[in-house]
Amino acid sequence: MHELILYIEKYLDPKVRVTPGADGNIFWATVYILLVFVGLSIAVIAMNWLERKILAHMQVRLGPMRVGPHGLLQPIADAIKLLLKEDIIPAEADKFVFWIAPFIVVLAAFTVFVVVPFGPTHAITDMNIGILFMLGVSSLSVLGIVTAGWASNSHYPLIGALRSSAQMVSYEVAMGLAVVSVIMMTSLQTGTGTLSMIGIVQAQQASGEWFIFKFFPLGLIGFFIFAIAMVAETNRAPFDLPEAESELTAGFHTEYSGFRWSLFFLAEYSAMIAVSSIAVTLWLGGWLRPFPNLLSGSTWDLVFSLVPGLTFLFFAAICFFNVVRMPKHPLFKIQTMGLAGFGAVLGLIGLIMFVPGVRDRVGDIFWFAAKVAGFMYLYIWYRGTFPRYRFDQLMKMGWKVLLPMGLALLILTAVVAMRADLWDQLRGVGHP
Amino acid sequence: MNPPVATPFFFYLLAGTMIIGGILVITRKNAVHSALALITTLLAQAALYLMLYAPFVAGLQIILYAGGIMVLFLFVIMLISIERAAKERQFNKQWLVGIAAAAALGGLFIAVYTATPKGKALFPEGQVTYGESQNTQAIAALLFDRTHGTYMFAFEIASLLLLVAIIGAVVMAKKRI
Repeated sequence: MHELILYIEKYLDPKVRVTPGADGNIFWATVYILLVFVGLSIAVIAMNWLERKILAHMQVRLGPMRVGPHGLLQPIADAIKLLLKEDIIPAEADKFVFWIAPFIVVLAAFTVFVVVPFGPTHAITDMNIGILFMLGVSSLSVLGIVTAGWASNSHYPLIGALRSSAQMVSYEVAMGLAVVSVIMMTSLQTGTGTLSMIGIVQAQQASGEWFIFKFFPLGLIGFFIFAIAMVAETNRAPFDLPEAESELTAGFHTEYSGFRWSLFFLAEYSAMIAVSSIAVTLWLGGWLRPFPNLLSGSTWDLVFSLVPGLTFLFFAAICFFNVVRMPKHPLFKIQTMGLAGFGAVLGLIGLIMFVPGVRDRVGDIFWFAAKVAGFMYLYIWYRGTFPRYRFDQLMKMGWKVLLPMGLALLILTAVVAMRADLWDQLRGVGHP
Repeated sequence: MNPPVATPFFFYLLAGTMIIGGILVITRKNAVHSALALITTLLAQAALYLMLYAPFVAGLQIILYAGGIMVLFLFVIMLISIERAAKERQFNKQWLVGIAAAAALGGLFIAVYTATPKGKALFPEGQVTYGESQNTQAIAALLFDRTHGTYMFAFEIASLLLLVAIIGAVVMAKKRI
């Protein structure tokens, strides 16, 4: 028993500056896995509510308003509905493949979070092949989609599955090229590059700028390619052809209902979070706070470490503002109390984040999550504003625009990385 | 130091998965089921590479075989009429010869491994101390390093071969170029 406690405490030693996986500490690795799982589920629930609310406001509607204050409990109501729904397997379906397909998709979507670095020590593990692992495992979700569409033994799902896999396979190429250009940039400071997710962020820290600004505008172009390809990878609007309602009902998951359908839903949103975290790690400095060099020094460190708490206090303030605005009718009494309670919880979290010990530990997680949240908002924004592409336009975009751009970017990055002085001269910065 | 992850338990688990997957590939009548079994086998193989402290090879195995090639396989298989393919009688009646050849190969492996002392010299016992954390860099050095790189030429030739194959596929598939 005593040894067990020692084993648990060993990781808490501040001298241990590695992830639990790298430390070989199974207990803390399990804790981290559970935390990531719970956090991801909460993020998906929040995303569900936010997407409906934001889309509604973009279209000058109110969105869900009935279940809970401002529809806050709507995702929970939806989840209960989905779990209680009848689980239908079509009579002509291939039962086993139909059954296993959602699990392949969910497994692929969740496994990638093993290497996502929420902080220098806040990752389940750090792998030597981190980014390769993420791309590889997330590409396995195509298998789930293809098998789901085929096993349904129905026309719409099959066409949806074919479209989606063609789309994912072709955009993976452009995505990979953009990623390789970043991996090249990691080798500039030390001479040896790295594929490790933590290593990539540390390389950005060492080079003093996020890779989106590196070799301006090369880093920006790479980010741009990735940002387009990742929307296509996750089958989201404006590239959501696999589930184009007007043509294919619901695409590859037309025949799925209830719990199995919710698994696809869960996988789609966690895949969105996963690719966003790749983008954040590779181009936006991962867990690093904004302006690490421009606004350096202990004063700025303190200011930025207060931001997480202030953000939560701001959310709490919004809640309390809406408590005041609630209708004063007795029917709304419980809703008003619920919203006040939610605000109080948010405020409490915000206050806890001001405690120095907590502040130092959650800062990196907060910045990472904030950047990913920015991408999540972009996803909703795209969906609210862009019209859907036609399939041939989509393929043309992938193969004839993004792929050549990716290739040119790769070559240019390689040349510039070897002859940085030449690049500066070209841009007119020039060495004296 | 941490205890090694590569325990015999995992080896037997993965090897068992691979063998069962491999048997399923050839025994399933439905081609999609065979493809799924093959994917299982390939993923277990990737895990075996991980056990050999070669994460880079494992990652490539997942991306190329399980991710890329198998998706193409499934694509092709899905467009074939499964009902007709399942009714088709197996035309290859050489399973007896096949079993004999496989048994002979297995016997040869066992004979080489157990034969003393030459076999033991071929497969020395002991733990690999190769650093997992340097695998990617080590492969890169083997391929591209100016002083240690011995495979640069072979690597470039192989990629040229693949490029030729890609162009050939396009030329053959496209009617009008």
